[in-house]
Amino acid sequence: MQLPKRLFAALLLTVFSPLAGLVSQSAQAQVHAPRPWGMDMQPAANSLKQGIIDLHNLVLVLITVITIFVAVLLVWVCVRYNEKRNPVPSQTSHHTGLEIAWTVLPVLILVVMAIPSFRLIYYLDRTPDPDMTVKVTGHQWYWQYTYPDNGDVDIESRYIRDEDLKPGQLRLLDVDNRMMIPVGKKIRILSSSVDVIHSFFIPSLGVQRYAIPGRTIELWLTADKPGVYYGECNQICGPDHARMPIAVQAVSEADFKAWVAKNKKAASIAPAAAPIRMLASAEQTAPQEIRR
Amino acid sequence: MAEATHGHDAHGHDAHGAHDDHHHDHKPSFVQRWLFSTNHKDIGTLYLIFAVIGGTVGGALSMIMRMQLQFPNNHVVTSGQEWNTIITTHGLLMIFFSVMPALIGGFGNWFIPLMVGAPDMAFPRLNNISFWLMPPAFVLICIGLVLGESGSGWTLYPPLSNATYEAGMGMDCTLFALHLAGASSILGSMNFITTIFNMRAPGMTLHKMPLFIWAELITAFLLVLSVPVLAAAITMLICDRNFGTAFFDPTGGGDPVLFQHLFWFFGHPEVYIMILPGFGIVSHVISTFSKKPIFGYLGMVYAMVAIGVVGFVVWAHHMYMSGIDIDTRAYFMGATMVIAVPTGVKIFSWIATMWGGSIRFDTPMLWAVGFLFVFTLGGVTGVVCANAGIDEIIHNTYYVVAHFHYVLSLGAVFSIFCGWYYWIGKMSGHQYPEFWGRVHFWMTFVGVNLLFFPQHFLGLAGMPRRYPDYPDAFAGWNYVSSIGGYISGAAFVVFLYVCYRTFTSKEHVADNYWGEGATTLEWTQTSPPAFHSFLELPKVK
Repeated sequence: MQLPKRLFAALLLTVFSPLAGLVSQSAQAQVHAPRPWGMDMQPAANSLKQGIIDLHNLVLVLITVITIFVAVLLVWVCVRYNEKRNPVPSQTSHHTGLEIAWTVLPVLILVVMAIPSFRLIYYLDRTPDPDMTVKVTGHQWYWQYTYPDNGDVDIESRYIRDEDLKPGQLRLLDVDNRMMIPVGKKIRILSSSVDVIHSFFIPSLGVQRYAIPGRTIELWLTADKPGVYYGECNQICGPDHARMPIAVQAVSEADFKAWVAKNKKAASIAPAAAPIRMLASAEQTAPQEIRR
Repeated sequence: MAEATHGHDAHGHDAHGAHDDHHHDHKPSFVQRWLFSTNHKDIGTLYLIFAVIGGTVGGALSMIMRMQLQFPNNHVVTSGQEWNTIITTHGLLMIFFSVMPALIGGFGNWFIPLMVGAPDMAFPRLNNISFWLMPPAFVLICIGLVLGESGSGWTLYPPLSNATYEAGMGMDCTLFALHLAGASSILGSMNFITTIFNMRAPGMTLHKMPLFIWAELITAFLLVLSVPVLAAAITMLICDRNFGTAFFDPTGGGDPVLFQHLFWFFGHPEVYIMILPGFGIVSHVISTFSKKPIFGYLGMVYAMVAIGVVGFVVWAHHMYMSGIDIDTRAYFMGATMVIAVPTGVKIFSWIATMWGGSIRFDTPMLWAVGFLFVFTLGGVTGVVCANAGIDEIIHNTYYVVAHFHYVLSLGAVFSIFCGWYYWIGKMSGHQYPEFWGRVHFWMTFVGVNLLFFPQHFLGLAGMPRRYPDYPDAFAGWNYVSSIGGYISGAAFVVFLYVCYRTFTSKEHVADNYWGEGATTLEWTQTSPPAFHSFLELPKVK
């Protein structure tokens, strides 16, 4: 079968991509991408995602206990009260105490869950003191990143076609121009779109918001460590929906400044690692076929 | 009511060959019986056949989807547009042309009159048109599919669904299909509400009504209140597409998020529309096979009422990512979590009904117990999705796909099969083959869990939905999921075989073939019931 080969390739890719990152990117570029056979959320790269993971862990325990409880009850009832073991059915059809209990207990469980939930969403919502702003604009089918308080640096970020993939690059995750941010800074993101609705979604950074034409939505993110954080467009946006990944690279303040300086003049120059790939004005072309 | 009864006397004898000794006049011709039918049983049968056809096409599309997603970089589907059209049509077919016709049009039409002791529905001709709006709707949606021009996802969000991005008339066909299906639902619901309120047998007060009737009544109210909002939204969308308005176009002062509000004001009650009749069916099956009355009847009734009411005020939990205000999100999160309470009441009441019973495990009961398990699982992941904070990471991912398939593709569909095996003897006069019924259940149960459980993992890891191709890291669980998909597909073939065996069977079943546990009025009628049932009104208690 094809599968083992493919899985092996994927495994290799994931194992070696951090290495490849070391070679091609600036030093210590940690890769934050999905792993083969992953069963849980991608590890947290900042306090936002950590908050989400902590809440999810709490909720997961509660729902697992509830599901197992219901499953055990079901099995018990099926074994104990089947026709053979219990030929004469009881005719009980009321028990007020029991009914009150199974109404009130779930309410209590929900309250336990709701308190940290409310706390989390208010924390995730906005930051009062952002260090800088990046405007994220969705296009069919690429992302545009503008840095209004860094000399209006303006870059476009497109996926890399299969035939152009370099060793170590992740298919459908790597892009030609990454969105660069300084490590540890609070970044305000303003998301919008010029055509259809897209969604700016980076699992390891714990952020997602739609990019809606005619509307600007504020969110924030931060990256605690240098590295590359992969995400994908997460709202159906046409034929190439699967082909507008997001790659955010967090670098030191100095490297970021250097990158800004380099990109101020020529608007769309790639960082050293990735080849430039300009698709002739993608908005203008007819919907592209996904398999060419 | 009387008029309905007399109007049908001319049709006379039941073509199934039932023992209706009072009428010996001619059988209606094929065209008269099936095309002009005003008989609730025949219309119910038409709806059920329609649901099987809709489900078969929708299921075939899901097989194509699982083949495409079995490996990364796969080429079963050749273009992104084609893929988007397939997923759109799969969703719409399963909702409007399979689950709803089966649970509401099919079982509702068949068993509302039989269970309330009425000879037919209140408005038999309205019933006829509410069915016959569906086949043209089905044709329109298939045109959208074949043209490959309705690639917006079943949620139809503009601007992707407007004329700039989906220029062809296929999208218009899909929108008109929804208009027709919606009109059909509204007419059918009016009929249900009138029948249930006015035509119950003497003595059957609201609080003595079978739970299935309650479920259909609440469902009908949800439909009447929510479908017009969808109709408004798609009318505006059609105007935007064809007549130069800009309701949802920001360049003309419109707002894409307005559509989302309107759509989900319909869309969220819609998910309860699909599951409430299933609650009713499962209640009767569990009570019948446990040989016990349903536990906490009033709690069950008002839990459904509560789900229906609260279901109308939680719609924006589908829109946490649309930039709505933080306090608004907090409200919708709280309101959504509240729904877990009445749902929990129902789950525990079902288990309590089984407790102390003398349970027989015929095929319908297997489906009912299976329903309890998968619905619980889908329910608890719903609580996870309700958390706006966690939703930042799982919104639009395969976690959500897994969640709503657990409650719908597993929950609602299990309840449909539950009802089918429970009532097929009543409806056709022939019993299904028990062995093959069990094979069907176990294959489906294993298949769908293998299909959808791994999708939770994919979603947590961040795999977006509606992707025809994905990063290689997601290959493993997608492969497992596809295997599960093929098993479920094979199980559906077994179901078709069960149908064949049932309808070619020579055996006839008794009036009440489930025995002492089956206490509702349909079991007092012959199997199949006469063309006109309850010529004398039954008395309840």
